[in-house]
Amino acid sequence: MSAYSAAGEANAKPNYLNHEKGIWSWLTTVDHKRICLLYLFAILIFFFVGGMAALAMRLELAKLYGTGQHNFIDAETYNAMFTIHGAVMIFLFIVPGIPATLGNFLLPLMIGAKDVAFPKLNLFSWYIYMVGACMALFGLLKPIGPAFMEKAMNFIGVHGPVDTGWTFYAPYSIETGTSVVWMTAAAFVLGFSSILTGLNFIVTIHKLRAPGMTWDRLPVFVWGTYATAVIQTLATPVVGITLLLVIMERGFGVGVFNPKLGGDPVLYQHLFWFYSHPVVYIMVLPAFGIVGEIIPVFSRKPIFGYKAVVYASVTIAVVGFLVWAHHMFVAGISEAAAIYFSVVTFGVAVPTAVKVFNWVSTMYRGSIRFNTPMLYAMGFIFLFMVAGTTGVYLAVLAVDVYYHDTYFVVAHFHYTIQGGAVIGLMGGLYYWFPKMSGKMYNETAGKVTWFLVFVGFNLTFIPQFALGMEGMPRRYYDYLPQYQNLHQVSTAGAVINALGYTLALLNLGWAAVFGRVKAPANPWDSLSLEWQTPSPPPHENFEVTPVVTGSTYAYGTPVRGDAAAH
Amino acid sequence: MGHHTDTHGDHAAGHGFEIMPTQDHSDDFGHISPYSIYAKIFVALLVLTVLTVGVTRLDFGSMNIVIAMFIASIKAMLVALFFMHLKFERMTTWIYAVFPLVLLGIMMAGIFVDNPYRATPGPAAEAKAPISADHVTEGHATKAQH
Amino acid sequence: MSASHHATAAEVGPGDPPHIHHMDTPTAYQSAKLGMWLFLATEILLFGGLFTSFALYHWAYFEEFHHASKELNWVYGSVNTVVLLFSSFTAALAVDAAQRGDSRRCSKNLLITIACGFLFLIIKGIEYTGKYSHGLFPGTERWNSPEFIQEYKMYFGLYYCMTGLHALHVVLGMGLLTWVYLKARKGRFSSRYFVPVEVGALYWHLVDLIWIYLFPLLYLVG
Repeated sequence: MSAYSAAGEANAKPNYLNHEKGIWSWLTTVDHKRICLLYLFAILIFFFVGGMAALAMRLELAKLYGTGQHNFIDAETYNAMFTIHGAVMIFLFIVPGIPATLGNFLLPLMIGAKDVAFPKLNLFSWYIYMVGACMALFGLLKPIGPAFMEKAMNFIGVHGPVDTGWTFYAPYSIETGTSVVWMTAAAFVLGFSSILTGLNFIVTIHKLRAPGMTWDRLPVFVWGTYATAVIQTLATPVVGITLLLVIMERGFGVGVFNPKLGGDPVLYQHLFWFYSHPVVYIMVLPAFGIVGEIIPVFSRKPIFGYKAVVYASVTIAVVGFLVWAHHMFVAGISEAAAIYFSVVTFGVAVPTAVKVFNWVSTMYRGSIRFNTPMLYAMGFIFLFMVAGTTGVYLAVLAVDVYYHDTYFVVAHFHYTIQGGAVIGLMGGLYYWFPKMSGKMYNETAGKVTWFLVFVGFNLTFIPQFALGMEGMPRRYYDYLPQYQNLHQVSTAGAVINALGYTLALLNLGWAAVFGRVKAPANPWDSLSLEWQTPSPPPHENFEVTPVVTGSTYAYGTPVRGDAAAH
Repeated sequence: MGHHTDTHGDHAAGHGFEIMPTQDHSDDFGHISPYSIYAKIFVALLVLTVLTVGVTRLDFGSMNIVIAMFIASIKAMLVALFFMHLKFERMTTWIYAVFPLVLLGIMMAGIFVDNPYRATPGPAAEAKAPISADHVTEGHATKAQH
Repeated sequence: MSASHHATAAEVGPGDPPHIHHMDTPTAYQSAKLGMWLFLATEILLFGGLFTSFALYHWAYFEEFHHASKELNWVYGSVNTVVLLFSSFTAALAVDAAQRGDSRRCSKNLLITIACGFLFLIIKGIEYTGKYSHGLFPGTERWNSPEFIQEYKMYFGLYYCMTGLHALHVVLGMGLLTWVYLKARKGRFSSRYFVPVEVGALYWHLVDLIWIYLFPLLYLVG
């Protein structure tokens, strides 16, 4: 790669990492690139916490000392574990996961801006996120120690780890004695952070594009982030008010969701899923964007059907608002509603499939380089196809009645969220790592750890599809002996998967801190704007505001910028 | 959704100030309405408020809510269009002013396709069936008197 | 000074826009406005959850809700409506004054708006205490008596949630406008820079918009 020659010269100038020093400069920064790193540290900690909870569950479910008894954790702890796993992974890790980290870092760079529209608000969002995270921890604490400690903790509403599952379904969430109030309040506060991030991004994309960066030249990652931001901004308040109502019910006995008080618990589910279905698109749409960036670069071909990809993103965001009650087919909703929501859910498969066709067509006859980011992108396509296809099964009313609340659903959404969003995030981290850190990671270690992640993931969840088809219900801490073999395979897979993620992230961390190989400005020969500035970028992103004159994906044709010179 | 009709402001973004000044500044700091328009709108809002109270005092039964919501929507529109200058805003603002209302409509529609038509009526639908007259005993329905 | 002539950091004087490194002043103005509109969109959906719940139970418990709503005093509601409409009017006038560069008229109108917010809260407080003394509040004797049926509790539960959340917004809006007012008093605004006035007023109008729906729903139709 001839672009390496420019590296030494570029790194001599101060960049965003070293233009100011000291912890205070980080905690008060309004630089979107530094805020990205703040978020990244936070979410990776919670990724670890959520992962540990998952391993605790998997370890128990392996039933090494036999079924019908508890092996490592008792039933109550198990309930707390799946709640911790769900709530931490959803609210603290994957919802802010891609938008607040890579989105923050890349959005202004990709559109040629100096920062997001409201830099202070951006930092404020991070602080709100941290406050929400601390509140969530209160919801996970167990009052222990001397009596006065217990009393004090009870006094501030800490009664033991939440055991409702991340969905906080009423009426159980109203009746359980655990710290639901802390957890739901935390989700509300985290939602506020998410709203402010989304709002910031929408305004940034509307108002701060560089000259020539027209809507039909926007990188697909920016489009994905835009669609995500719309959902973040407009869906989150609904869950906010819903969780507030749960708190009001617990505090004052307002009976809105409580059947004993004349309320309708299914209304809770409606309001909850009106947010929480679109929220899966918050997680996965930016991952679509990441894959859409990686594939053209590593295939050396223009993205196939740019407009179709963009329309598909926007369509998914909009249709995502129309399908929420497919989570409620067995909740006793009316036949008319069930049929409507089933039919529209099939519709989501169309734009999603369009995207898959586009990625595959982009690779077709390209000169593919199998670097780690590309491996993640290709893994994403495979895993997301499994996720999408099983999603169509679950959209079928009759099938859903059978599969609902089984491991089939668990496997399906882990293929969507882990196979989609997390694999996408990993691919994105590897792809933009040289830009963010100014170093190159170890390619061999990257590929090996990718392999561990990929194999471990499938080993975990393919058995869970089988378990679900055989009728194993989710959220049970014990089961009949006939499920044991598949559960043990799944646990083995989970261990490999966890090992893979740990090593893959350590590989990046190691390279960032101890790495010797400096990254050039544009190691992947990309045409996108973020690669046309030094690695790591200077504080103000670009020395001269770039002027965009052509497509971001004009690979295989005469190119502009740095790449043109080589 | 590919193109928006933002004509200026957008293209000037992201610059240092000196590089490319925007050409047209007529709309840079919002539309200035004639002073009297605000007074007119305020009077209209007052009239509509009186109208709402009057109409609902007359009691059109279940039509009450329809009429009241209709008048409220006119009031809301007046406030949004003139007080909030939505009338002079760009397409983008319009989209984000209207879209949440559409979503709210979708949410209500989804819930009302479900609840009234359940095979096993939910608590809400159940209560609908035995009409509540027998619940409403005298005595506790004191008139407002504070 | 024309709008196209931008002050640099060194020469920011009273009435000049603050120096922002990453965009020019008109863009900053447009961005702030769009940002506030987006925030208002989230507020609509925040209240939307409550409106949806109210709609469902209004449909389900039509008679009881109608009955319970008679407990509210429509006169208080109407007066508060007029107070908020007037405050919205003065908020719009404050923006108008700011656009024309009349700093004094701007701060005067802001002050009236804030005062109306206080008046609204006082009337609301009188209403709430009235409700409490009539036993229409959780925990009171009448509330706990068997003839105070569940549907009434639902109505008043929603009433307190909706008006309470609205009152919280009034308080927040007043806080925001007070901050704007203090800046206006110091002469920080001019026809070239009045973003906080406009954004604060937009937020205040939303408070009014929500009330425009709450008033007939809760007080009149029930």
